[in-house]
Amino acid sequence: MSKTHLINDGIRYDGRRLDELRPIKFQLGILNNADGSAYVEWGRTKIIVGIMGPREAHPKHLAMADRCRVEALYRMATFSVGERKSPAPARREHEISKVIKEALEPAIFVELYPRATIDIYAEVIQADGSTRCAAISAAALALTDAGIPMRDLVCSVAVGKVEGQLVLDVMDEEDKQGDSDMPVAMMPNKNLVTLIQMDGLLTQDEFNRGLELAKRGCMEVHKKQKEALEEHFKKSMNSEMEEA
Amino acid sequence: MTTTFVPSVKKRQIMELAESGKRIDGRSLMDYRQLDVQVGVVEKAEGSAAVHLGGTYVVAGVKIQPEKPFSDTPDEGVMTVNSEFVSMASPEFEPGPPDIKSIELARVVDRGLRESKMIDTKKMCIHAGKLVWTTFIDVFILDHCGNLIDAAAYAALSALLNAKMPELDAKDIKREASSIIIDELTPQEGWKETTFSVAEGRTITPERKKKPLPIRAIPIAVTMAKIGDKFFVDPSKDEEEVMDCRMTVTFTDEGNICAMQKGEPGPLTPEEVARAVEIARTKYNEIRDRLPIPEEALKAVKAKDKDKS
Repeated sequence: MSKTHLINDGIRYDGRRLDELRPIKFQLGILNNADGSAYVEWGRTKIIVGIMGPREAHPKHLAMADRCRVEALYRMATFSVGERKSPAPARREHEISKVIKEALEPAIFVELYPRATIDIYAEVIQADGSTRCAAISAAALALTDAGIPMRDLVCSVAVGKVEGQLVLDVMDEEDKQGDSDMPVAMMPNKNLVTLIQMDGLLTQDEFNRGLELAKRGCMEVHKKQKEALEEHFKKSMNSEMEEA
Repeated sequence: MTTTFVPSVKKRQIMELAESGKRIDGRSLMDYRQLDVQVGVVEKAEGSAAVHLGGTYVVAGVKIQPEKPFSDTPDEGVMTVNSEFVSMASPEFEPGPPDIKSIELARVVDRGLRESKMIDTKKMCIHAGKLVWTTFIDVFILDHCGNLIDAAAYAALSALLNAKMPELDAKDIKREASSIIIDELTPQEGWKETTFSVAEGRTITPERKKKPLPIRAIPIAVTMAKIGDKFFVDPSKDEEEVMDCRMTVTFTDEGNICAMQKGEPGPLTPEEVARAVEIARTKYNEIRDRLPIPEEALKAVKAKDKDKS
């Protein structure tokens, strides 16, 4: 099999520089039934996140007396990938659901809602790499849209190693053919890491530089999140004023 | 329990308003809510459509893959419709295997498409007895504000009408059926040999030879709720919660019915059934004109109608 070059003269397969994010567009409040919602287009990755809650925990014995439970469900639409995915949830989806929940939970004031549950549903409409990072970043906005008090936003990005070079924001082809992949989520103002996973091989030095790169990427995602929040609340304020 | 109670007061209000031909959201009994259809929302799917019907929001995706045919139809393509109620769509939807309502919805949508003979399945054969194109239609319900059946039916229909399937030339088909899969059809493998071009927004779409599906009909489903002795076209969630029964009638063109489904326990008189069918017939053209139907599909359907007459 002939090896295809994913990087040529510091320019990646889709025309990006090594440390450049794909175009990212967040949109808040896109659903009527969910208590909070957000849509993200992250390159060709497209995800809808809906928040249900805080609501009564079900089944009841899972309720916690001093705080609320946070649950996440990450699912991929059958048509989101090249070959149709079976509608039954795969082990991969279960694991990603778990790490998404754990990435977001530290940012939520869970002690404000004893005995309740907050459900986070992420539906991947199209998968093109870094879906968990996009889902986490959008879910943080959806939680805000639901009016749930939070310590900080959570922003996330993946760093990868492709053809020996560190790259920011790994896309599908780079993930499949690359040497390693390291998704990171952070609470940007607290400077805390809430998700880190890694697969593949990195030297100690590459890891150090990779984490730095991820931090920078997270801050850029955070900027986009703030812009989306501002736009959303400006819009809802304007429509309220018009109604008045 | 998260059951939503619409008090009997609301039912009375809905029925009283209906006496003067009105509804709580301001529509007349025969009006649909605003219908907005966007096609091609998922580039990785062969076809896709996002439908907003009032507040209801569904996304349908079409995947077309080579599979083994059924033994009783060795030279015909296969089609399946599957639907999923995503938990964010309504507080009543729980995660887990598809519930009975989502199965009914998928089957009603499936019946409309299948029985209208919308897709010419004989033209979806690659190698008789060995390999045929299978069309998977998956509908995701993302926001439930009533009338999921019609929203899903229009999403599935629009996704199919605008889908593009890989085009194989005679040379490809002569090759062994199994090697066709490996050489031409698996996108992950295929992209390496294909040329790429930088399209809008700096995303990259592989250029493969593609063609539209062999379309022969445009089936339109019309769903109505019966409350008291009146029919409410395109019921809202409030109306569905108090309805006595639901009727879905699918027409393949203005003159032919291809599928029907009565739902919920309330009975209908034969005259009422006839009235429901008549209502669906009068809605056929209106809804068809509101959907994004490619020129060539319309032409193909009209040519087929001419053959018949």
